[in-house]
Parts: sequence; C-alpha cells; structure tokens
Amino acid sequence: MSELGEYRPLTYFQLMEVSLRELLVEKGVVTEQAIEAAVEDMRSRGPERGARVVARAWSDPGYKRRLIEDGTRACEELGLDVPALRLVVVENTPAVHNVIVCTLCSCYPRMLLGLPPDWYKSRNYRSRVVREPRAVLAEFGIAIPQHVAIRVHDSTADMRYMVLPMRPAGTDGWDEERLAALVTRDSMIGVALPKVP
Amino acid sequence: MALEARFRPGDRVRVMKAYPLGHVRTPYYIRGHTGVIERLCGSFPNPEELAQMRSGLPARPLYRVRFLQREVWPDYHGEPHDVVEVEIFQHWLEAA
Repeated sequence: MSELGEYRPLTYFQLMEVSLRELLVEKGVVTEQAIEAAVEDMRSRGPERGARVVARAWSDPGYKRRLIEDGTRACEELGLDVPALRLVVVENTPAVHNVIVCTLCSCYPRMLLGLPPDWYKSRNYRSRVVREPRAVLAEFGIAIPQHVAIRVHDSTADMRYMVLPMRPAGTDGWDEERLAALVTRDSMIGVALPKVP
Repeated sequence: MALEARFRPGDRVRVMKAYPLGHVRTPYYIRGHTGVIERLCGSFPNPEELAQMRSGLPARPLYRVRFLQREVWPDYHGEPHDVVEVEIFQHWLEAA
C-alpha cells in the first residue's frame, strides 16, 4: 500500500474496504493491531510451504499416498495448518496434467501457496484456462503432448486444490531440502513444470 | 445435520439448467451439461443460504463432477480426453 508511485484516487471497492475497516475499528469490533497481525500472517505464508509438501511426497511414497487420500491431514502431519477448508492434491502423471483455476472468484490454496498472483485473479486467466487450457499453458511456456490428458480443476465451492508435479529426472538421492528448491509456485498451480536440475 | 448422499463415484449426472438469483456456486458454463461423479467431497452448509445469513443446514453433499471438455464446449480445440472437474452441490444435480 505504501509504495511510492503516481497518485491515483481510490477505486470504489478500495474506498469501501477502507470505510468498512475504519468503521469496524471505531466500533470496537476489531483492532488495528488485529488487522495488521492478520495481514502479516497472510504475507508470511508463501509457496515454500507447498514446496515442502511436494518434496516430502517425492521422497516418501507412503506420505504421497496419504497426501492424495486426504490432503488436509497430510499437511497437518508436517505441522502445516490448513484451516477450515479441505485440500485436494491432484497428481501429475505421464498421462495426466492438472491445472487449477477458480472461475467464479479467486479461490486459491493460500495456506500452502500464500497470496495468489495477480494473473490468477484476472478475468483473462479465469475465463480462458477452462475453455482453451492448452493455448493458455502454451502462453505460460509449456506444451502438453497430445497423448497427455489435461484436467482443469475449477475450485467452485469448499475444496482447495494443489498440483503435485512430477519429480524431475536426475534428482535421485536428493534430500527434501534440495528437492523443495525445484518446486515453484506455478508448478503447484499447474501452469509450469518444476525446475530441472 | 446433513442430507444423505444420493450419488456414487461413476454415476452419470446432469447439472440443472436453472438461473436463480443470489449467491450460487454453480458456474453458468456447466449448467445443463452431463458428467460423471468423481468423488463425494463431504457435506457443507448450502452457500446460497449462508449468503442470506441463514445457517445453510442441513448440510448438502458436495461432489466433484468430471466433464469431457468436448461436451462442454462444442468448438473445443484440445484433445478428446481433456476434462474439466467442477464442485457441484447435490441439489444442482439429477441422474442422467
């Protein structure tokens, strides 16, 4: 909010957010400190959490099975709290490539990936990835071979999705920390592949 | 308090083609289309009721339904095995 830049008047929704927030503080419903703390908490969560989960799944077949069976519980095993919402982990295989969207708004696995990138919330991505996923993925720089099925997951209700990408070749014997460094945010949304060593 | 789940994985279902007002989590593009139940996600309070400040109870079974892209978009350019999966509440589904 405090970045220096050209002055622009607040938009309608920004003004509404500020007004509502100030009213809630004024009426004693919440405190400024509580809001700050919540914002900080959101900021401190980033895709490295999801990367830890992916690296564990790549290293431990038993964990991977549990993760796909019940994503929420498997995250709790690593001490990652996934509040209220159910996490569904979808696995990329040589036959299936998964990609995630929320066509209705911007539902996103924030507990594992942090704040969503702006493009994820854009009308362009939301309306097109569900209708022409191969073209959108090509724009992100990945060509999915014809024999691989594309599975688009529209997070319309109470579930949140994360893609479990395929472990890159040439990483035999790597520990989880090294593996996690290959796992990018976009590879867990499904619009990219993990880095190659 | 939850309603009983009427569908099982593998069942063919059609999404109702209805246009009620209010907060609805069934996307327009999928209404009227036929797909297959992929899994039952559990039961959740009805978001259409929650948006009206009511309890949303009894909770409604929520499914993930898999649709062939070529059935959803007649001019789909991708491959015949490409699919889209959408979460849909039971009260939006009928057996197909």
